Amino acid sequence: MNLDQLIIILATAIASATPIVFAVIGETISERAGVINLSAEGTILFAAMAGFAVAHLSDSLWLGFAAAAIAGILIALIVAFGAITLRQSQIAIGFVLALLFTDLSSFIGNPFVRIPGPTVPAFPIPILKDIPILGRLLFDSDLLVYLSYALIVATWFFFYRTSAGLTMRAIGEQPNAAFARGANVIRLRYLYVLIGGALMGIAGAAFSLDFKAGWSYRHTGGYGWIALAIVIFGGWNPLRAALGAYFFGILQSLASVAQDQFPGVPTQVLTVLPFVLMILVLVLTSANWLDRLLAFLPSDTRRSVLRTLRAAPPAALGQPFVQD
Amino acid sequence: MTATTRTDMRAPASPLVWRISAIVISILLLGLIILVSGESPLAVIDAMIGGAFGTPDKIGRVVNTLTVLLLCSAGLVFTFNAGLYNLGIEGQITFGAIAATLALRLFGAVLPGPIAIALCIIFGAIGGMLWGLLAGVLKVHGRISEIFAGLGLNFVAQALAIYLIFGPWKRAGVASTSGTEPFNDTLWLGAFGTTEATPVGVALALIATIATIVIVRRTHYGLRLRAVGRNPRASFVLGIPASRQMLSAFALCGILAGVGGALQVSGNFHRLIPTISGSLGYLGLLVVMLVNFDPLWVLPVAFFFSALNVGSLQLPLVLEKVDSSLSGVIQGMLVLAALIGRGFAEINVKQ
Amino acid sequence: MLCISRFYSYTPPQRMKVELLHIHKHFGSVHANDDVSLVAEAGTIHGLLGENGAGKSTLVKMLSGFISRDAGEVKLDGKSINVHAPVDAIREGVGMLHQDPMDFPPLSVLENFVAGRQNAGLALNTRAAARELKDLASQFNFSLDPNAPVQELTVGERQQLEMLRLLALGTRVLILDEPTTGISAMQKTQLFAALRQLARQGKTVIFVSHKLEDVEALCDEVTVLRRGKLIGTQKIPCPASTLVAMMFGRELAAPVKPHTATGDVALDLRDAVISTNTYDLQIGALTVQRGEVIGLAGLEGSGQQEFLLACAGVDKLSHGRICIGSKDMTHKSYGDFLDAGVCYVPADRMRDGLIAGFTIREHVALRASHHRIFIDLSDSLKVAEQAIDTFNIRGKPETKVERLSGGNQQRTQLALMPDPLSVIFMEHPTRGLDIESTIWVWKQLIARCQAGCAILFASSDLDEIMQYSDRVIVFSGGRVSQPIRATDLNVDTLGQMIGGKF
Repeated sequence: MNLDQLIIILATAIASATPIVFAVIGETISERAGVINLSAEGTILFAAMAGFAVAHLSDSLWLGFAAAAIAGILIALIVAFGAITLRQSQIAIGFVLALLFTDLSSFIGNPFVRIPGPTVPAFPIPILKDIPILGRLLFDSDLLVYLSYALIVATWFFFYRTSAGLTMRAIGEQPNAAFARGANVIRLRYLYVLIGGALMGIAGAAFSLDFKAGWSYRHTGGYGWIALAIVIFGGWNPLRAALGAYFFGILQSLASVAQDQFPGVPTQVLTVLPFVLMILVLVLTSANWLDRLLAFLPSDTRRSVLRTLRAAPPAALGQPFVQD
Repeated sequence: MTATTRTDMRAPASPLVWRISAIVISILLLGLIILVSGESPLAVIDAMIGGAFGTPDKIGRVVNTLTVLLLCSAGLVFTFNAGLYNLGIEGQITFGAIAATLALRLFGAVLPGPIAIALCIIFGAIGGMLWGLLAGVLKVHGRISEIFAGLGLNFVAQALAIYLIFGPWKRAGVASTSGTEPFNDTLWLGAFGTTEATPVGVALALIATIATIVIVRRTHYGLRLRAVGRNPRASFVLGIPASRQMLSAFALCGILAGVGGALQVSGNFHRLIPTISGSLGYLGLLVVMLVNFDPLWVLPVAFFFSALNVGSLQLPLVLEKVDSSLSGVIQGMLVLAALIGRGFAEINVKQ
Repeated sequence: MLCISRFYSYTPPQRMKVELLHIHKHFGSVHANDDVSLVAEAGTIHGLLGENGAGKSTLVKMLSGFISRDAGEVKLDGKSINVHAPVDAIREGVGMLHQDPMDFPPLSVLENFVAGRQNAGLALNTRAAARELKDLASQFNFSLDPNAPVQELTVGERQQLEMLRLLALGTRVLILDEPTTGISAMQKTQLFAALRQLARQGKTVIFVSHKLEDVEALCDEVTVLRRGKLIGTQKIPCPASTLVAMMFGRELAAPVKPHTATGDVALDLRDAVISTNTYDLQIGALTVQRGEVIGLAGLEGSGQQEFLLACAGVDKLSHGRICIGSKDMTHKSYGDFLDAGVCYVPADRMRDGLIAGFTIREHVALRASHHRIFIDLSDSLKVAEQAIDTFNIRGKPETKVERLSGGNQQRTQLALMPDPLSVIFMEHPTRGLDIESTIWVWKQLIARCQAGCAILFASSDLDEIMQYSDRVIVFSGGRVSQPIRATDLNVDTLGQMIGGKF
């Protein structure tokens, strides 16, 4: 494999991971505030459909993305209402929504299957794209990709460098202590679940209007589940979550290259393989036998290795907040 | 998961009004969705009833779906009562089906049909149990949420099935998504008349459902399982080994799902196909959530859901504007309404 | 941008007198504060002394906005105020340090320091905040690494951080709830020095404690509560016996338990170490006879629960040897302990002892034979009815346990104890029960002793400890006393021991 091929693989990986970047950042925000939005699979599918349908009917990309974001927000609103206000199991609500909106996307999206629609146009950034290697890797795609770079950085900045971000992490850790310090836990949780839902909706449109343009039955099937896994893999940190998304993108990119290299292996197997590998990595890094496996290392090294490999979830994740 | 979330999974007896109004609203919403898509709800109901019960063949298909759905739901009653969200059930069906296919490939040619079929079902049960226990061990000893362990194992089982169908077990000549070479009809599970419904499948599913009701409600094992599901800490103090109970629930659920997978192979499709589970595991989760984990109500709800599944298959042929995914929409809406209604009821009890 | 000096320039005068007048608070049927008043002058350290459940925390939580009062008045600087939430109190200049730190363990010291600031700008000015933290810390000789995650700090350091945070918010009245629990001797010295310094600056310090020596060492004045009522206010220094008399009130009840100890060994501990979150409890040697009752006294959370859990086999000893009867049970599983005739009855019934959603009959069935497959419905119904009858439980066999009152839940727990048993480990056997029920419960327990069962129980009711124990062990600040005959104890020695003097 020469350098050119490598750059192509990586550039494809980075670009095609863009929708997943939006999704994992959205889910990370929601979970950091203490609410699991397990509906990701249904949200992404439904928003992909809604975004495509609206863009097709209005011939406007902007309206398409807006429709997708609104779809994501509405589904997140059901999650928030069920989990925060009604204090029902976040798993049950999210899972039912995942299935419901998967089918609803097929049902409502039926008239839009395999028809042409607008797609996000390529937009190489002048000058930057001419930087050797880096230019072709990062700056030779479209606005959505550049927006995802900005989103990663902005989310990281928001999490760790702003007081609102600090409060958001606080309500996901110890809502009672955050309440004692004046945070309106209920309202903030609603806010962040809805923001997370909007980003997941945009992730759906990023598939149907850009990286997997068009609409078909279960168009983005599986990506919602993998996004949930990547959030854990990313240790609820937006940078690491984005890296996880890119890692998954590389796996997918490699799988498509492998098709040419190993014609004997069926395509269908290669398509599923990245999902399997991603999950295996997650299982291996989060299992507590890893501690025993690394027992031979000095304890300081071991601790830092473990800390790089995994992070503890927000302490109040999945717990309803009852204000007394 | 902590004790609080465990107990939250089970609702107290609640005012019926909230639940009924939630269901009524969801039905109205469904009507609205159908109207918007450009059809009359009545025509849809008519078409679905026709699609599910119009001919003996269709009834047979409903019964066939019902058998697998009942097996999965019965299994999930165990895991839910132990406080576990076994989202890995799809993988347990698939791996059971793979093991069942293996049995038929190994013994189909050398043993008499009925014995090979019996082995196929036993292999299915063992395969499902292993896949269930794998999620259980990851949960109990690896501290990995059963939700993600299960979802991950679903992908793995799916990949394995696809690999086998397109690789070692591919059809002579060309591999395709239509699955492996169909088995010789001596290896098909006997059916009622010309329909697809199999007496053995029906018997197994009914036995499983009744046994589940008896075990969960009437045995010490079931009582201990429910205790662990509601309060693992107090159960431990009372002398019940929680991890063993959880593993046994995974194993039981896996066995039943695996038998379901074997029935899909030998009774329904007569071969291994990539979507062998038919999402009936996920549908089982919805059934058991809707009945609030009480096995007594599994049969009627599973029957209704099976009729929806089969009845909707022909919708696009009869009414061109309506897609067959309507069944999933109806099922999801009903369960969502039940959850929301339960939430309202609980909140109002507390206030 | 966040500008720290603003906090100071906007704060009104530092001095603030605190008056809590005729405060009432009910929790259900419990009158937690009954016409309680407390006046703390600015520039003083005011102690709030009392046993467990005397109503100290309730009173200060009303001042700091964590709970609302039913009646009474709160005045700061002579001005009547109403706080509905902790933030309101902070705005008024009142800050409270809780017994369990109210912080965010995975976040860094600096993040904890600034989390929740109301008028902070969009971006965190970490450099300014770090400088402020460093300045404040150096004032009190605290050394805190701003980048360390709080979960790696000791309880004492977390307390220091929380105190600095409240001061940075302009706190002029600082409330500390049992602050010396779980901190080292050096941290205690540092804490006391800091509090004296604050008082010198004119701030008001309210120091909630049950430890006589701490109050004597630190406070200018002390208010004593007992069972929700105000007993009085006393200038410090004063004789310890005066304070003990105020805290415990009267002569303790005389022992009423008959002699049931047999001389045979029921429980034997050697060189045991039991690790809790804050302490390593050391027990050199302890032998309990069959038929004997051992009372565990001390402030709640001093390790009694962990001690009972480890002895009952629910948790493991960190070190040492344990025998039940003549059997060595070290490293044995909890199941083996149960087979050896051990029974643990927890304090938090609905969390650790009973299963919400299960009926009394289901609990009975759960306790029944593990060898049978099917539940014998008529048998479990009969046994449940018997239990309800014998134990006088106000409920039916099909009543779900969460619908029972606290007292009836306790009776249900007692009814579920297997028979025979060799050792019973109990937390608060009669909490929430009326006097008649208490006497009745102990009659049942003493009957068990007469049958040869040993009982170890923790209680915060000193009367109960004195009346029913053969010997008493006191837990205080991570230490475990030698067992002392109940007949050798009086209110003074027991009060002093609970306060840490042994």
